[in-house]
Formats: sequence, structure tokens, C-alpha cells
Amino acid sequence: MTNRSSAQAVAARTAAGSATAPGAPARPAGAAPRSFDPRAVRAQFPIFREPREKPLIYLDSAATSQKPDAVLDAMSDYYRRYNANIHRGIYGIAEQATAAYEDARRRVAKFVGAGSPREIVFTRNSTEALNLVAHSYGRWKLAAGDAIVLTEMEHHSNIVPWQLLAAERGIELRYIPVQPSGELELEALPRLLADGRVKLVSVVHISNVLGTVNPVAEIARQAHAAGAMLVVDASQSVPHCPVDVRALGADFVAFTSHKMLGPTGIGGLWARRELLEAMPPFLGGGEMIREVKLSGSKWNDVPWKFEAGTMAIAEAVGLGAAVDYLEGLGMDAVFAHDRELAAYAMKRLAEVPDLHLLGPPAEKRGGVVAFTLADIHPHDVATVLDGDGVAVRAGHHCAMPLHEKLGIPASARASFHCYSLPEDVDALVAGLHKARKVFAR
Amino acid sequence: MNAPAGVTAEAGERSMSGWDELYRENILDHYKHPRNHGTLEHPDITFEDANPLCGDRLRMDFQIRDGKIAAVRFSGQGCSISQASASMLSEKLEGMSLDDAKKISREDVLEMLGIELGPVRLKCALLALKTLKGGVYGITQWPGEDGEDKP
Repeated sequence: MTNRSSAQAVAARTAAGSATAPGAPARPAGAAPRSFDPRAVRAQFPIFREPREKPLIYLDSAATSQKPDAVLDAMSDYYRRYNANIHRGIYGIAEQATAAYEDARRRVAKFVGAGSPREIVFTRNSTEALNLVAHSYGRWKLAAGDAIVLTEMEHHSNIVPWQLLAAERGIELRYIPVQPSGELELEALPRLLADGRVKLVSVVHISNVLGTVNPVAEIARQAHAAGAMLVVDASQSVPHCPVDVRALGADFVAFTSHKMLGPTGIGGLWARRELLEAMPPFLGGGEMIREVKLSGSKWNDVPWKFEAGTMAIAEAVGLGAAVDYLEGLGMDAVFAHDRELAAYAMKRLAEVPDLHLLGPPAEKRGGVVAFTLADIHPHDVATVLDGDGVAVRAGHHCAMPLHEKLGIPASARASFHCYSLPEDVDALVAGLHKARKVFAR
Repeated sequence: MNAPAGVTAEAGERSMSGWDELYRENILDHYKHPRNHGTLEHPDITFEDANPLCGDRLRMDFQIRDGKIAAVRFSGQGCSISQASASMLSEKLEGMSLDDAKKISREDVLEMLGIELGPVRLKCALLALKTLKGGVYGITQWPGEDGEDKP
């Protein structure tokens, strides 16, 4: 775990000439790379301590990560000691709950490099953050005849909200193609932007299927030069590598707690404060208003303007604890660990006959490795693996267009986080040999 | 228990609900050697359905003579459970009256497969039945099909 290259090296390689790493804050000169002992980390995750017939080999962290004691304790502590609704109560525990909720926002803001905590809107997850942008910014600024650029490797959550908006407004959707190598065909972008109709570009930072780290800084440069806004789906990057939203060059960044050791039910949207202030509200209700009269209402300040109704308070507290935990490990170290495991997995998987790896070489990806095995359906592969306690994902991973492009109905995927170990990969490889025997035609 | 050759020893202590039970010999046999696989040139009924959860696709062609299924073919792609289920069902359907085909229930199909299935793989197992019903009824869903309206 001493791979110094990590995020910055990947970023530099994929930034198409840009010297600065997209999303990676510059490391202070001379600072030693941090590392951690993943075995010690694993011991802090109760799900791995749970007695079971076979040890849990969890290789599905791209779907959701496991949660450390620190996160569960923080949430339990809120419910047990100071559970109260936030922002309204004029009594001790309500003030304590409000402080904890807003403190979580401060920690998240610092974690992603936001200019101010008021640039972080809490949402339910990345999907809701993207829908917020589509509903609020999209309906405000986009009109018939405009176009939106996406990529062929998007998760459905970064396709469907735009399809809904496109159908409602008469907007054209365009897609940056994915090459067989699993990388974006960036040469296509100038052509897609050429007619000046594109008002918004929305791309995934790290692919949830291929692991590809996309050159977001370069896409941002081109989008902005064409007068378009850039939305980044950072669902797989904020949890796994250093992300600095301002260095990324994006206008909106969406991320989710449950993939970054935090609880489900909370996520975030970053945007510059003046942009959030100019945008119309998303959901209407309590807390998002300053004043309500029967004849109309005035909106609250940002970010609360976008946080209607009672928010996920315990979850925000849990997310704050998850951020602390990740910062304790160091995101450079987390990324180096994930990528080292991905490289090891790619090497070991290449030993399995008839196994086909999807996506780019190890040095261009995060901790995600998807594959197909002969003509065995990934569901069957996953079921055999499950028999040995190995949890992988099988299916289209909410990226049907990408699978169609790759010419496969589905794939199996192994993905890692800070608690993953090389032994997990070894168990996966052993299970795949077994699956081949069962299904050999 | 009929585990495929070369697997029994490794399967070791897996319980009855393990993969070796799921992939019983007859399921693997139908998967590896599907019956009635292909398409009909002039089908009287053709219907295609998909399982959006996993991308499995299944098409079934029927030739009807005197209210009976004279020939049936299936094609598509999917996991061993969905393919074996289609293969087994097709064997059962040959020569069957349309009225009887309409009466086939999810319980009949699960009994035919003879395995315990979790909620996700259940959808795989029932895709063939769903496609059959869509074809013979001209509908895509009927009460109780996916068990979601059951307690």
C-alpha cells in the first residue's frame, strides 16, 4: 500500500494533457504517502465479525460499502442520546441534533473541497442529486432545441432523469461513445458540442462497471468553452479517491453516502453557492421556505432551500462519521489500496480460462473489475460464488446501454474498498474455476 | 443428490439450498442440451418477453393445430435457470391444448424445476411461463404471476 502514484497519476494520465489531476488536490511537496493495514481496517467492520457458516467474502462495494463501527455508533448515539428534529426546536437536544446535522455538512464540504458548507445540499442519494439538477436547473435553463451530452457508460441514474427532461422539453440527447477498450471516445466531443446547442454535459467520474477514470477536467474545459454546464456523477469517485470539486472543473457534483462507508438514505450535491441561490427549488415543503402565505411563499437560503421536509438526520450524522473515518485512512491511501487490489484481481482473473475482462488496463481504473466467463450467464457465476460465501454483482449494473455497446447482456463484477484483501480475490478465482466445471458444455 | 461429475467432492458440505442443489443434473442437462430450441418459420403465435432485472430475453413460437400446440420453439439468452425452465416447459407444452396451457401455474413450473429459489432467481425461473402466458393470452401480466400480490 505504498503506491505513491494513486489518484494523481491516474488523473494525469487521463487528463489529456492537463497537468493537474482532476479531482485530486495537490499533495504538499515532500509529504509522505500514507497507508493503512486493511486487516486492521476490516476488524472495525462488524459485518466481517459476524459469525457465519462461511466467512463473508464481500466483493460488491461498488454497489454499497460496508459500515465501520464508528458510523453505526454515531447513528445509534444520535437516536439514543439526542434524537430530535432539527432547525426548529428551542431546547437542548434539538439544538444538539441541529449542530450535529450541520457539522456533518461542514465535514462533507471539507472532504470534497467545497468553498463553503452552504454549497452542499443533502439529498437521498446520487440519483436524487442528479434529479434535483434536472428538475431545478434543467427546467429553468433548458428549452426545446437544446441538447444534452451524456456518455454511453452512464449509470441509469445519469440517463433517465435527462430522458424525462428531454421528453418534457423537446431536448436532444447525445452520447460520447465508449471505445472497446472501455475508455471514452473523447475525440467525438468537439463534434457533439460543435453546433452550440449543448447546454449541459453530464458524465460519470469513475464507471461503476468498467472502473474507467474519465478525464473530467478535459471534458469540463470543452463543455465550458462551448457554453455548457458540466454535471459529474461522482458516485464511485468520492468514496474511493481524493476529489476536489473545484479542481474537477464541474458545475454540479453528485455523490452518495452508502458507497463511502456511510448509511443509505443520504447523499449530496455540490454546486457553487451563487448557482444554487439562482436555481428554483426542487421539492416543496417545510424547512425549504422562509415565509409561507396563502398567496405564495419565499424560499429559504441555500442549501436549505433544497432540503424540504425532515431530512435523514441520523444518516447525515453517520455520513459525517464516515467522512472522518475515510480521512483517517487518507483518500490517497484508499485509492492506492483499491487500485492495487484491482490490478491483482486483473492478473489473477487472467489466469482463468475463457474469462474476458471488461474495461481499461489497471493503471487507468479504480477498484472495479467486471468480466464475463465463457458463455456462462453471470447470474449462474454469481450463484456458484455465493455457495462459497463470495458476494459479487451479476447483471447489467444499472448500465444497460453500456452492456449493449459491449455486445453482452450482462457481466459479473468484483469491486473493492478499504477492507478488501487479496485473499478475497483468491476466493473469487477459486470459485470461478468451480463455475467453469459446473457449466462446461 | 445428483451433482455433476467432478463437482461433488468440492461441493462438500453445501446444504440443500446451495448451488449444487440449484444446479441439479436435470437443470444442467436442459441448459446444456436445450429441447425445442430455435424459432418456427411460420408461427401462429410468437411472443417475446424479458426480465429487466438481469437482461434475460426469451421468445417463444407456437404452431397451433385444432386448439393444440403442435410445435413450440424457444430462443433468447439467459441464465441456466431461465433457459432450463423454457426447455422443460416446451417439452410439457407439445401436444397440449391451449386451454390446458393457460392453466399452467407458477407452482406447476416450480414443481417441474424441483428446486428452491430465492426471490431474484424466481424471476428467472418464471420468465418462460410469463412468455407462454403472454403468447396464449395476449397479455403480459396476470394476478399472481410474480407472487408479489401474495402474502
